[in-house]
Amino acid sequence: MQPFTRQTSIVLPIDRANIDTDAIIPKQYLKAIGKTGFGPNLFDDWRYLEPGEPYMDHSRRQINPDCILNDERYLGAGILLTRDNYGCGSSREHAVWAMVDYGIRVVIAPSFADIFFNNTLNNGLLAITLDTTIIEQLFAEVASNEGYTLTVDLEAKTITTPKGEVIPFEIEAYRRKRLLEGLDDIDMTLLQANAIRAYEERRKAKVPWLF
Amino acid sequence: MNKTLYDKLWDAHVVRKNEDGTNLIYIDRHLVHEVTSPQAFEGMRLTGRQPWRKETILAVPDHNVPTTDRRVSPTDPAARLQLQTLDSNCTEFSITEFPIHDVRQGVVHVIGPEQGATLPGMTVVCGDSHTATHGAFGALAFGIGTSEVEHVMATQCLVMKKSRSMLISVEGKLGAGVTAKDLILHIIGQIGTAGGTGCVIEFAGDAVTELTMEGRMTVCNMAIEAGARAGMIGVDQTTIDYVKGRPFAPRGEMLTKAEIAWRELHSDPKAKFDRIIRINAAAIEPQVSWGTSPEMVVGVRGVVPDPAQEQDSVKAESIRKALVYMDLTPGTSINEIAVDKVFIGSCTNGRIEDLRAAAALIRDKKVAKSVTQALVVPGSGLVKQQAELEGLDTIFKEAGFEWRQPGCSMCLAMNADRLASGERCASTSNRNFEGRQGQGGRTHLVSPAMAAAAAVYGHFVDVREIA
Ligand code: SF4
Repeated sequence: MQPFTRQTSIVLPIDRANIDTDAIIPKQYLKAIGKTGFGPNLFDDWRYLEPGEPYMDHSRRQINPDCILNDERYLGAGILLTRDNYGCGSSREHAVWAMVDYGIRVVIAPSFADIFFNNTLNNGLLAITLDTTIIEQLFAEVASNEGYTLTVDLEAKTITTPKGEVIPFEIEAYRRKRLLEGLDDIDMTLLQANAIRAYEERRKAKVPWLF
Repeated sequence: MNKTLYDKLWDAHVVRKNEDGTNLIYIDRHLVHEVTSPQAFEGMRLTGRQPWRKETILAVPDHNVPTTDRRVSPTDPAARLQLQTLDSNCTEFSITEFPIHDVRQGVVHVIGPEQGATLPGMTVVCGDSHTATHGAFGALAFGIGTSEVEHVMATQCLVMKKSRSMLISVEGKLGAGVTAKDLILHIIGQIGTAGGTGCVIEFAGDAVTELTMEGRMTVCNMAIEAGARAGMIGVDQTTIDYVKGRPFAPRGEMLTKAEIAWRELHSDPKAKFDRIIRINAAAIEPQVSWGTSPEMVVGVRGVVPDPAQEQDSVKAESIRKALVYMDLTPGTSINEIAVDKVFIGSCTNGRIEDLRAAAALIRDKKVAKSVTQALVVPGSGLVKQQAELEGLDTIFKEAGFEWRQPGCSMCLAMNADRLASGERCASTSNRNFEGRQGQGGRTHLVSPAMAAAAAVYGHFVDVREIA
């Protein structure tokens, strides 16, 4: 997993609450057996005018000019700013793979759905929860400043606006550590193999029908 | 003792408390399907790892399977490859799979309980958000992402933080014609799709304990739609009676032992919850969703809401967007909404009881001419077999329904069963998101009886008036 330390980038504002993972990556792209190449299909139903299928050349599809992802101002954005309960619905990790493949490394919202939140961590995508008032402020600033960028510093746990305003954010220590170091958590857990085996012995004595 | 059911399940599965506040939690049952597992198996292969306890894994193809003729493989090459990949991964790693031609094949959340692979007191995971279903058995069951699927395969554990606890107590009795589906849709309408975020919800109260296991599964299934990590219901006689005798369930002396342990799986009378919500069962009507989120739901006698009446500007905007997508105007009566298609199935309502309820309504009736397609997709091969034994298939077919093979089908439209753009569907599934049943398709979530009635009348009707 790619470690995350610091990111300065254009902010893509998607002003909508309860964005579900079906919207982030529609089901037809879930037939893939790999983890990459989902970027062109991030928010597929919103981005293109005609329905998409995995085998298409997406660069030749007709784009929806009203969709913010097609607005030149936000091309190359690495930070997504959005509303409450982002990533609700299906557990599909493809939603996170699509965001990362598109180039998003940070997503900022007042709240996230639980499974999505866990999936971000396993793919080096930094999910930041901020107060609704700060989210409002950021939406207002993005709207009125072309080329609006933010600098997100995970080490310092801060977001810096173009004017130099520093917004602190909270993140659980273990999440921060894993992102900073890009650790493989399976290896980490396997370091505790003896504890797992000891647990299994204890548990077997209590609930033998599960073994 | 003053532990909640969640406390008991959690405590029994802590392998280790880590210094950073996380816990290593042990997983007893791992269900796998074709869509969220290929990358996990690939990860195992690349790192040369083997499953920690392969006998805890049960795999089944469901999302992509065709529901028409099973003798031909899907024409979609991507779907075909994904299905073949599951088969070959299960062979390679010696994992039990119910392949497509096995009568036990079906939607993963239907077959787990049906086989007794889901048992009280277990931790159950699956790379699928509706894993919450299995909580109906007094189990801690939740959906995980693909990285976590790989993590559980390789270590039998997950690194987790404990969630907060919420009790939803449904007091009194549900009225005639009001089902478990209406109950859970009503709850989501009340607390919202983020109402349970960060929480595990325990459902309790007379109206819940009176439900059959099928009904309890319907309720827990949609806990995720309220944003909860998991939904659960305490164990009682109904639970134990359902589990007994199923292929994967313990027998003989083991069963006697297990039963004693299972009877402890309920919240203690003085248990403390972080949040308690009380619902009056008698006030619940049959529900119909009108929007693009399961919280956008109203009683069948209600009307489509007006965004101008909504104080919260973000919510008002969501309503506006939903009405445009759904092509509905504020103030329209629910029973004036005409449907093009009807879908009865899914892990929410694809069990035998659901098919019986729908069949009871359409016996000797016909699907309305204006309805272009009405599908019944049993939740599993065994549900299908049972329904055929009872003659339900004949009732459906004579009415003009298509009687299909088991799978997820039009619940998420990954296979060929889907809505065309602009089509409106009465669906017994669980999500009415934009494009869920096909790009541009419009979904109204309802109970099996309500869906059957909509098929017959061509628009929504109050099942209590025709029963
Ligand atoms: S029936 Fe629908 S909700 Fe259930 S597992 Fe299949 S796709 Fe998911």
